[in-house]
Amino acid sequence: MSMVLNEEQRLLKDTIDDFLSTNAPTDQLRRLRDTHDDKGYSIILWNQLTELGVPSILMPKEFGGFGFGFKGLGAVMQSMGRNLTASPLFSTVVLGASAIELGGTASQQQALLPTIAAGQLTLALAIDETHHHQPINTAVRLKERNGQLTITGEKVFVLDGHSADKLVVVVRSSGNPGDTKGLSLVLVDSNAAGLQTNRIQYMDGRNAANIIFNNVRVKQDQVIGELGGAHTIVQHVLDRGVIAISAEMLGGCQEVFDRTLQYLREREQFGVKIGTFQALQHRAAQMFCQLERSKSAVLSALSSLDKNSPDISLQASLAKTLINDCYQHVSNEAIQMHGGMGITDELDIGLFLKRARVSLQILGDSDYHKNRYAQLMGY
Amino acid sequence: METTEQFRLDIRNWLIANCPESQRQPIIKDQQIWAGRRRTFYCEDAKLWFERMRDQGWTAPSWPTQYGGGGMSLEQAKILDQEMKALGCRPALYDIGLWMFGPALLEYGTEEQKQEHIPKIVRGEIRWAQGYSEPSAGSDLASLKTRAEDKGNHFIVNGTKMWTTQGDKSDWIFCLVRTDHQAPKQQGISFLLIDMATEGVDARPMELINGDHEFCQTFFDDVKVPKNNLVGNINEGWSVAKALLKYERNMMSIMSSIVEKEEGDIIAIAKRYVGLDSNGKLSNNGLRAQLSEHLMRAQGDALSALRLYQQHKSGVIDGGLGLTMKYLSTSEQQHKDELLLAIMGNRGLSWHDQTFSISEKKTVKNWAYNKAHTIAGGTSEIQLNIIANKALQLPV
Ligand SMILES: Cc1cc2nc3c(=O)[nH]c(=O)nc-3n(C[C@H](O)[C@H](O)[C@H](O)COP(=O)(O)OP(=O)(O)OC[C@H]3O[C@@H](n4cnc5c(N)ncnc54)[C@H](O)[C@@H]3O)c2cc1C
Repeated sequence: MSMVLNEEQRLLKDTIDDFLSTNAPTDQLRRLRDTHDDKGYSIILWNQLTELGVPSILMPKEFGGFGFGFKGLGAVMQSMGRNLTASPLFSTVVLGASAIELGGTASQQQALLPTIAAGQLTLALAIDETHHHQPINTAVRLKERNGQLTITGEKVFVLDGHSADKLVVVVRSSGNPGDTKGLSLVLVDSNAAGLQTNRIQYMDGRNAANIIFNNVRVKQDQVIGELGGAHTIVQHVLDRGVIAISAEMLGGCQEVFDRTLQYLREREQFGVKIGTFQALQHRAAQMFCQLERSKSAVLSALSSLDKNSPDISLQASLAKTLINDCYQHVSNEAIQMHGGMGITDELDIGLFLKRARVSLQILGDSDYHKNRYAQLMGY
Repeated sequence: METTEQFRLDIRNWLIANCPESQRQPIIKDQQIWAGRRRTFYCEDAKLWFERMRDQGWTAPSWPTQYGGGGMSLEQAKILDQEMKALGCRPALYDIGLWMFGPALLEYGTEEQKQEHIPKIVRGEIRWAQGYSEPSAGSDLASLKTRAEDKGNHFIVNGTKMWTTQGDKSDWIFCLVRTDHQAPKQQGISFLLIDMATEGVDARPMELINGDHEFCQTFFDDVKVPKNNLVGNINEGWSVAKALLKYERNMMSIMSSIVEKEEGDIIAIAKRYVGLDSNGKLSNNGLRAQLSEHLMRAQGDALSALRLYQQHKSGVIDGGLGLTMKYLSTSEQQHKDELLLAIMGNRGLSWHDQTFSISEKKTVKNWAYNKAHTIAGGTSEIQLNIIANKALQLPV
């Protein structure tokens, strides 16, 4: 399957690009950030995106979705990355809904997916337990006593965990941290008894929560997939997430690079445009090379999801590592090439710098993915 | 019309039936079949494989059949390439004519010139050399001084070319020569084909840091060249030269992948030289991370090549991607060479000594030789200049 967009996908991309640059440009993020908005995203925007069908992009047709596939989703994520758009799309649709689509029973799917497609239910994936992503080390227990399941423990840095209606929680029902066996997925209402949510606002305006589970009761029908056998589903959900967030990063990285090029073409010193200096030209050209290479990896990973190829995990780690390193590098260079203006909050460059750093950590930094890549390649 | 899948299947079956087992081993430099009057085959299988491919025109699969080529579409040629790679078939023929000069001649040559030269390239009968650079004209190629004087029905050529790859083993050389000394430098250059057997042509080998003598300084002393060996119009050779450089850049990316196979699988080498711990991980964490970094970058480049091909096929070409490939693939090759040396530790420091295996020595020689990749065919710095100006539209 091609990395080049087809007619339909290009149309989708143009529509979303247009819509977001008019309705959700970077100053919307500034407003959300500066007013400490409760949700951290605009509900009006989310409703508009829903009308455009954005939450249904991935959803299979039988659940009211468009089945546009991951290349379509990738175009939307890139556009959101360019505009620094705040929305629950990633947590709800890419992570949460995927868990239900891939692991849920028919009745769970019927009950939840159409509501998500209609923009009326938001989800968050509660997975990490420390400040480094390491899903296999999940220790929070799902205990069973007299047929009653309960969760006790803490999940940290749960993306959008402060505002989601329901949480998809990765727990351990057997085995030890480090085992692939014994992982389970459960669906918990965010207002369930015994659940305490502490909101975290990251430096880039993204939101998360630390969530304490104190004897939170779970019924059988809240379990997604097989008890103790959720590893494959979790893996697949994470791969989707890694690839989608990589697409968002690609968009952001391209935007901050384009803005820098524009500055090189306009800003004058010593009586000439600073873009005539070869020292800057070469660094810009090197960034472009790195960006194109990362783009190939991200686009290929998106299409590997559409094809359901056997090497999705490998492609996911490849894409995330390349774009992590690229976004980090490009955002640093962007600041440097803007000179003093680059470190003012007046320009948006700093917003991209911060967004890059937060995104680097989401679902695994480069060290995590290099290690995983090595493992998958058998060395 | 045959379906793509059927076509692929037919190609595969043909390759299985016609490619001898020995020609499906990773290629070794000494066993490459180079074109030319002095062409040799190190074994019968290699000859058979070359002849079968030649007779199909598949040494140049996408060239027109009227000149002996395979007449395939871009897509079909890609399928042939993919199937050959999948089966591990060696390239049947090596030649600069095949990779660089032929495509340019097909674009710019007269019918008569194509009839004369293209079939011989396809059939591997003539080996071509490139006569662009000079002692004082490298990156600034247009400042070249070798001159051709118009003597009515022929030219007389005088001057020196530099870095002529395999000049002493080549039969013909395509040269950039100055035909107008008054005009601005790009506009006084012509593109001339010279038979190296002509009196007054002398190619003298130079030793490189890898110990090989692959490059020559080529001297032209009152060399008589017929007028109809001029490609394109007089004083308009620069546009032919530039078209050819485009093919050269492509070739440089191909060459990196050909070299890759010689050394075998870097993962296997790492396991052998570094060892695995009880968890099945490479014992050296630093090298393990470096290996991932290299493999990921190389995979990214392979995907870019695929994306570029898909762009061409769909007609949606987004500018700069193609310009990044030479810069990226040649520097990645060098990262890989450095990593191989690091992996091999002291065993990666051999030269002649018997303590070292043949493949260890080869790795080191490649490491040294591949330093040329970021210089030949337009240096990395020149590539970055081109990207900055062409792809990024930065002001000059
Ligand atoms: C393996 C190999 C094979 C070759 N084969 C052939 C062949 O068959 N035929 C042939 O004609 N030539 C051949 N060449 C020559 C090759 O094209 C030249 O070496 C190349 O163009 C560079 O020229 P130079 O060596 O004179 O270096 P120079 O141009 O002198 O460059 C020296 C340094 O200055 C830098 N530099 C120069 N100009 C600029 C600029 N504007 N901006 C920034 N940096 C700059 C270069 O990047 C380089 O780092 C070959 C070279 C090699 C290494």
